[in-house]
Order: sequence, then structure tokens, then C-alpha cells
Amino acid sequence: MYVAVKGGEKAIAGAHRLLAEERRGDPAVPEISLDQIEQQLSFAVDRVMSEGSLYDPELAALAIKQARGDLVEAVFLLRAYRTTLPRFADSLPIDTADMAVRRRVSAIFKDLPGGQMLGPTFDYTLRLLDFSLMAEGKPADIEVPMSASDPMPADAPAQMPRVTDLLVADGILAAETDDGERPADITRIPLSFPADRATRLQALARGDEGFLLGLGYSTQRGYGRSHPFAGEIRMGDVAVELQPEELPFPIEIGDIELTECQMVNQYKGDAENPPQFTRGYGLAFGQGERKAMAMALVDRALRAEELGEVATSPAQDAEFVLSHCDNLEASGFVQHLKLPHYVDFQAELSTLRALRAAHAKRAEAAE
Amino acid sequence: MKQITEPPEHAPRRRWLGVLARASRAELEAAKGLIEQRLGPVDMPRFLRRPEIGMAMVRGRAGGDGAAFNLGEMTVTRCTLQFSDGRLGCAYLAGRRLEESVLVALIDGLLQDRRHGAALADDVIEPLAEALAARRNQRLAKSQPTKVEFFTMVRGDGRP
Amino acid sequence: MTQPDGMILGGLGDPVHDSQRCFRGILDAMSRPARPVTLASPPDAPPGVAPATMAVLHCLLDQDTPLWLDPGLQARAARHISFHTQAPLVAEMSAASFILVGDGLQLPDLSCLPLGDPAYPERGATLLVQVGDLASGGALRFRGPGIDGTADLQIDGLAPEFWPAFAVNTELFPLGFDTILFAGTRIVGLPRTTLLEEA
Repeated sequence: MYVAVKGGEKAIAGAHRLLAEERRGDPAVPEISLDQIEQQLSFAVDRVMSEGSLYDPELAALAIKQARGDLVEAVFLLRAYRTTLPRFADSLPIDTADMAVRRRVSAIFKDLPGGQMLGPTFDYTLRLLDFSLMAEGKPADIEVPMSASDPMPADAPAQMPRVTDLLVADGILAAETDDGERPADITRIPLSFPADRATRLQALARGDEGFLLGLGYSTQRGYGRSHPFAGEIRMGDVAVELQPEELPFPIEIGDIELTECQMVNQYKGDAENPPQFTRGYGLAFGQGERKAMAMALVDRALRAEELGEVATSPAQDAEFVLSHCDNLEASGFVQHLKLPHYVDFQAELSTLRALRAAHAKRAEAAE
Repeated sequence: MKQITEPPEHAPRRRWLGVLARASRAELEAAKGLIEQRLGPVDMPRFLRRPEIGMAMVRGRAGGDGAAFNLGEMTVTRCTLQFSDGRLGCAYLAGRRLEESVLVALIDGLLQDRRHGAALADDVIEPLAEALAARRNQRLAKSQPTKVEFFTMVRGDGRP
Repeated sequence: MTQPDGMILGGLGDPVHDSQRCFRGILDAMSRPARPVTLASPPDAPPGVAPATMAVLHCLLDQDTPLWLDPGLQARAARHISFHTQAPLVAEMSAASFILVGDGLQLPDLSCLPLGDPAYPERGATLLVQVGDLASGGALRFRGPGIDGTADLQIDGLAPEFWPAFAVNTELFPLGFDTILFAGTRIVGLPRTTLLEEA
């Protein structure tokens, strides 16, 4: 039970002032700019866009600055802002086969049409602190192997076929089907169960990276055995098209950066389907590889029922996963515990006193 | 940009809207300047819809090619102008770009001019499209040196 | 003077404030049923659509409110309405949040209107009907919440078969549809709580 308590306005105003002061930090240190955040802390920006469910790097940078780098708080700010904007349209489904690919790796085939490209990755770095980055204003030598004016190498393909499309063509990976249905939208009609795959994918795409990472890890450790392989991970720019109502044709409005992960998993088949591979799918705004991989693992785990597998593990329980993967909801409900619960606690206290009195009486009687 | 296949009569406009949506403010100002050189000063048409910022829900597909799902939203700016002969100039741009949306809507309307439009479109849009392709290639080219060349160390043929 | 599919006319001159003024007018009309409210400075309207109707469409509709248009309006005004409101046009009344009838003398079958369900009565549709004229006083007498005693209203150009449907609707409370009538720049609210007294 909650009761209105008055007072504390001055304390709140004071706390806000102190927060602003701490946000700024030592005034002798130059203030951080949104450009700096957007350019130099781009993984933070991408994560806030994904979980904030709004692609706008500048606004995500602003949210990060305002939240003093607390990314879950920044997600909250971005989510709150998006509720103030009208939605003009739904995009046509983006086509990741048409991605201008900047990174593409596959753990299942060495030689792929289009090849493998590491792109700007942390993989294979030594994870040793690089003290040269401490030397401010003195940019470390960056070796640029290809100057900006060099033309594209002739063998660079304009398009890279998705590895999964090749497996489907061979008949060893279950094809995805498109029923043409308008996908459910949890921002309009709240989540309910059972949740179809479109609903699950939307919830996972907005879900907390850490939570999904832990769940994805649990499937690898045996909680919902799913034997995943990273079929393909690709990152790059994808055109967004939408159909304005005043035009008789769809138009491209620009490009967004996306990371896609296709996990390939064993499937023993059933009466209708021979043994084959199945997929888990992950898609994240920006360079969100860990998120996309975790999402793909959990997406596959949540398909247990559809694929006739016994669902016994947390990652296979849609209600458990989807109800708890949103960090805005989770953070809100956990943090509400800080709010005054004086009356609840008084009630608990009087119950406890009564129980203790009864306990003491029984003890006395027993003696 | 994607290959535009149909319907053919809309292809040029569809293409230029896609190019204009990715052009910088300076490029758009320059494009407007070029058009004014040809057509003389342009009267500002009336706003059918003033520039406004909103969102589009970006959809993906399960598995890349399966059923659609809602990935998340992106900010979008739009503007619609109506010229005196009824034609519409439209702009839908990714991001929050109010001034640019007015420029794009204006240029879109002007390029539909019956007499000069086709020639204008070539002169205005092609340089922008080339600049766009150059920017894209430059970005992609940076990944090329990260392409993996595999060497097979031991052939499997000799195994018992 | 038919414009096939119609041209797109201008929208609200001052979108934020015009919408707020209109919303206030709708609030007045729904909280004081059967009393005509005049909407100031309504926007351009395509042929067959009253200025007050267009103002209310601008104000209440968006991408999340499916709209059903009668066939006449579908032909003449659909382009203008969907450009400005973004409301998806639906073919089935049962899928609509708003149902717009261009001529009150030619009502569609009102038995298909969404009425909401007990958990979500607000999902009942809003029926928008254009009539010939609306004036205080006259032959129809209403009572119910928001009406001090009774309110009399003159409605010209509304088919008589409206009233049996209206009477059934009132009995379904809390389910049901809400009605707004339009004539020129005036609107009258007849929410599902309003009762028509036997004449």
C-alpha cells in the first residue's frame, strides 16, 4: 500500500543540483561533447539505441551524457523520448542480404562466396590495456592500409549471399516461411502468452544484453541443449524503405547500421521433417554483435515448443524470458523498492510482533 | 542502393528521393542553387505538411527472409509541399533533419517539372549519386584489408 | 463535382493549438451530450466532408486508429483523410476504431460496430455521422450523465433506423459505441451513456 507523503521537495531539488554538478565533474576538465560520445563511445551509443528501441545516434549520445554513462538510465531516457513522437509508418522489412557489409564471419564454412571480413572487431585483440591511449592529444599511429581514394578492389562483391540461404538451398537447413501477416507490436498491444515468434523477436531485440547473454550462455552450458554454431554474423549498412501514403511507391529514407546473427542448431526432425538444421535469429542496431548472438541463442531456445522439443530450462520458457528481459521494466520494479513503504512495513511489523508474542507464550507454556 | 525494378514510370523519382535522402545539407543547398540557375528564382510552394519529426518502425525478418517482426523505431523527418499545379514535393528522411526535409521536398517537386525536369534530374541527381557511391565505397574499402585469406596447413588427404 | 480519389488539401494551420482547441470542443460535446458545440477555425475539408468532421479527424485519428469510410467518402475524400491522419483505412467495420458516415440518411448496418469487451470497453468504436443540421431545442429529448434533467435537440438528416440501434447500444453499457454527429462547424456528442426519451 502506498500513501502520499508530503515534504522532501527541497531535498529533491538539492539532489538534482548535486547530480548536475557531478555529471559535469571537475570544471577544469573539458566537457564531453555529443560528437565525442557518438564517435568515440559508439558501442555505448549502439547499445542504448538497441535497448532504447530508437535508432538515433545523436539522441542516444545525449541520453548517455545526461545519464552520466549509466546505460540503463540512458535507455530509460530514450524510451521516454520516443513516446513523445508520432509514428509515421512501418518500414518495409529490411533486407539483410542487401547489406553493405563491413564485417562478416562464419564459424561453419571457411570459404564463402564473398569471403570473410573481420571488420572493426575486438576479436583477436590481446586484451592488454593500451597505455598509448592515455597519451591525450597525441594520436597513436594508425596504419591505414588503403587510402580513401583507392578504388574498391575488383573482387569485392556488391552483395554477399547469406550463409543460411546457401544451406536452405541445399535442403539441410529449415527454410523460414513468411505468412505475410502483420507482425504483432508490443509497443501497441502489451505482451501476452503464448507469444508468437514476431512478438518474441521484438521483445528480445529490446531486451537487456546482459540478461540475454546470461540466458544464451545457459543454453550452451546444458540448460536447454541446443548445440549452436555461429552460421553467420554480418554487420553493415542496410537501406530502410517505407511507403508514404502520398506516393504510389515505396522510397528509401536512408541507411542504418545493423548487426545480424544466424545461429545454426541441430534438430532431430519429426514425422514430417527429416533431421535438419534450424536457426536462431538475432538482429541489433549498430555494432551489437554480442547482443545479436545472445538474442539468436535465446530465440532458438524459445522455439523449443514449436519444434517439438522438451522445454525444461529457463531460456526455453517464453513467459520467464520475455517478462524479465526488458531492463526498463526490471530496473523500474527493482528500484521502486526505494520508495516509501512505511505503511506496508508497519503492517509487517505488527504481524511480526504478534507472531513473536505468540511464540514467546508457547515457549513459556512448554517450560 | 537497391536495384529498382518496378514500376518503371516511378523509377526516376524513386531513385532521386533515395539519393536526396542521403545527401548532406550543403549538397542539397547546392542542388537547389543549380536548379534556380536553370529555372530562375523559385517561389516557395505551400506546405501541405510542415516539416515534422516522428518515427518509423523498422521491420526485420526472422532468419533474414522469414516472417516480419518489429525490430525497433528510428527517427524520421518528413515534409510535403504542394505546388500551384497540384504536384507534390515529398521528403521522408532518416533522422531529425527539419531544414533538409524542406529542401528535399522542394527539389523533389521541382524535378517533376514537365518541361525541364528530366534534364534537371540528370544534372542534379547524378553528381549526388556519385558522391554517395564514393562515400559508401570509401567506407566499405576500409574493411577490405580485414578480409581473411585462409591457408591450409595440412591437407587431410594423407590421413589413414 | 467529383474529384476521383480527391486532391490533398491543406491541414491544420497551427497543428498543435488547433488540435488542442478541437480536443477541448470534443471533450465538451461528449461531457455535455446532446448540446451542439461549434468548433472554431476548422481546417480545409474535401467535398462531402464537413469542416467540423475534418477537424475531429485531424484531432483524434492517427496510425493506430483504423478508419472505416462509407463508399461515397472512400471515393471522394480518402486520399486527403489518409494523408493527413495516417489512419489505416479498413474494409470491415468490425476492424475500425472510427466509422465515418458521410450522409446520415444513408446509414450502413450498425450491427457490425465494435462494442469493446468487458475487460476493454474502451475498444468500442466511435461512430461519426454527418447530418443536415443540428440545433438546440426541437423534437428529440435526451437524458443521462452530463445532462441536467433533459436536453432537447433538433437533428435534420438522420435516418430513423438510427434510433433503434442507439437504444440497443445504451442497454449494452459499459460496452457499446459512442456517437458524434456533425453539421457544418457544429458537433453533438451522444456517448453510449445517453438515453433517448420516447418522443
